[in-house]
Amino acid sequence: MTTLAPARHLPQTSAPAPQRRRTGGARRFLARLPIRLLVVAIVAIEVLPMIWMLLSSFKTQNEFVTGSVWALPSSWDFGNYIEAWVTGDFASNVRNSIIATVPALFFLLLFGVAAGFALEVMVWKGRSTILLMFVAGIMIPGQMLLVPLFITYFNLGLTQTIWPLILTYIAMGLPLTVFMMAAYFRAIPREVFEAATIDGAGMIRSFWLIGLPMISNAILTIGLVQFFSIWNDLLVALTFVTNRDLATIQVGLLNFSGEYGAMQYGPLFAAICLNVFGTLAVFLFLSKKIMAGMASGALKG
Amino acid sequence: MRDVLGDRKAIVILLAPALAFYTLIKLVPILWSLGLTFFDGNVLRGYEPVGFDNFTRLVNDAVFWEATAFTLKYALVATVLQVAAGYLLAILYVFVLRKGSALLRTVVFFPVILPTVAVGVLFKRLFGIHPTPGPVNSLIESFGGQSLDWFASGDTSFLVLILMDVWRSMGFFAVLLYAGLVDIPEEVIESARMDGAKGARLIRHIVLPLSLPVLLSAVVFAVNSTLKVFDSILAVTNGGPGTETQPLTLYMYRTVFTYNEYGYGSTLALALTIIAFAVTIVIFRSARKDVTADKAASR
Repeated sequence: MTTLAPARHLPQTSAPAPQRRRTGGARRFLARLPIRLLVVAIVAIEVLPMIWMLLSSFKTQNEFVTGSVWALPSSWDFGNYIEAWVTGDFASNVRNSIIATVPALFFLLLFGVAAGFALEVMVWKGRSTILLMFVAGIMIPGQMLLVPLFITYFNLGLTQTIWPLILTYIAMGLPLTVFMMAAYFRAIPREVFEAATIDGAGMIRSFWLIGLPMISNAILTIGLVQFFSIWNDLLVALTFVTNRDLATIQVGLLNFSGEYGAMQYGPLFAAICLNVFGTLAVFLFLSKKIMAGMASGALKG
Repeated sequence: MRDVLGDRKAIVILLAPALAFYTLIKLVPILWSLGLTFFDGNVLRGYEPVGFDNFTRLVNDAVFWEATAFTLKYALVATVLQVAAGYLLAILYVFVLRKGSALLRTVVFFPVILPTVAVGVLFKRLFGIHPTPGPVNSLIESFGGQSLDWFASGDTSFLVLILMDVWRSMGFFAVLLYAGLVDIPEEVIESARMDGAKGARLIRHIVLPLSLPVLLSAVVFAVNSTLKVFDSILAVTNGGPGTETQPLTLYMYRTVFTYNEYGYGSTLALALTIIAFAVTIVIFRSARKDVTADKAASR
């Protein structure tokens, strides 16, 4: 392919080439200008609301009522953040979100990968039916589960604990996880597992020692997707946890914006900022890990 | 070897946890919810069978039809704009910026991972009017226009909700469609260029037909998530003014947890499920027709 490439470009570039060389960079800069402006506009649309939000989080109530929306805050003090942290009970919201998300994500990935392995690598009757059953679950809206699950958790006395969140997140994430894991296992040549079998490894051993490491990048990717859908969930957290002390970050922010933040704008913006930039930091941290994982995977492969 | 690959004990150990969770917390509740549609009552006062009453009530319920109309309108408009914006961005990444698109891709992707509640509360302030006009209104004023109370009418609230959803998710669709466009073989594009196809014609006749499968999955994904819109509306308009921006999800939620009508709430959930399945099937059907028609035409 590389030997063909120059020949293909030849007829296109031969005619205008000398002219382009003479006029130099100025014309090329002008030709690229509309595109550059477009890119700047897109970036502005995405970033400006967040910058405005950050600036607003430092303003006092007085500045909100009398000052211009575009004005910079008069001082950079963290009073609003302290206010949001204390009044909004942000620390306990973060703790609840972590307590719910981490175990749910761990078991969701473990169960999902194991099921994907059993459904795709292992050979038995009925496996395609079971896989189809999992896939059908992707389409079912969460609303379909709310009422029966609420009744069950209520009768078991679990609505005063964090358990309903962990259990529901695992079950709701399974269809997509199992489906994707089965697809990733399909891409691995069967010979790999057959060779392991000939070498005397049982299937549980080959799952831990071969299957799991071979799709570690896929696990990271799906893990990232599932992390954000659990971390950002509102429906389940709002429905199944009636105890205010167990509110997750999203429920906490919704309550805060409704009761307290409707009057106190500075702390409200500080609360949104903590929520948004915290999530952004997690994303940047995790996506770096994923890039590293991909690079090491490429080297090994 | 067959014996080892089909080892029953291993299958049970690997599959049982996932299957148990899925059956107990997803399949059983779905069937239970179906059963509840024939009952009236709630967890405190008990249940009584009412036959098909919930369904007759559904058909005659004006609020249900209003919510359904809103949900369908929202899903249609949001899907078209999200996928279109995502597709234009993907074309920009692949054909104009090429190797230099990584930074823009990341920046446009950022809002995708942000909590919907936070974005919703932010947009409420962006378009707000009390106590002082928010950035959008002050921008309108600086161009000589009148400040608008966006959340006073259903139509302008709808507009804000749509803008927010497009802002939030176009980065996701851009990356999804980008992956599809990158997969188009370089040779195909090059030979079309040599045949004289350029710009819009190249996109319309070469790129668009080749990226139809990815576009289809993007549309299915967008429709299914916008039909279930909940968090953002709860955070921005809470269904108001009145019930003008109340989607089915929110109506169902209120029926169950505000009015404690579990049976009718289950019926609404079933209606939403049926709508989601029906819309998906219609999209797949019409897409298949399109693809086969294209093939016939090219022969």
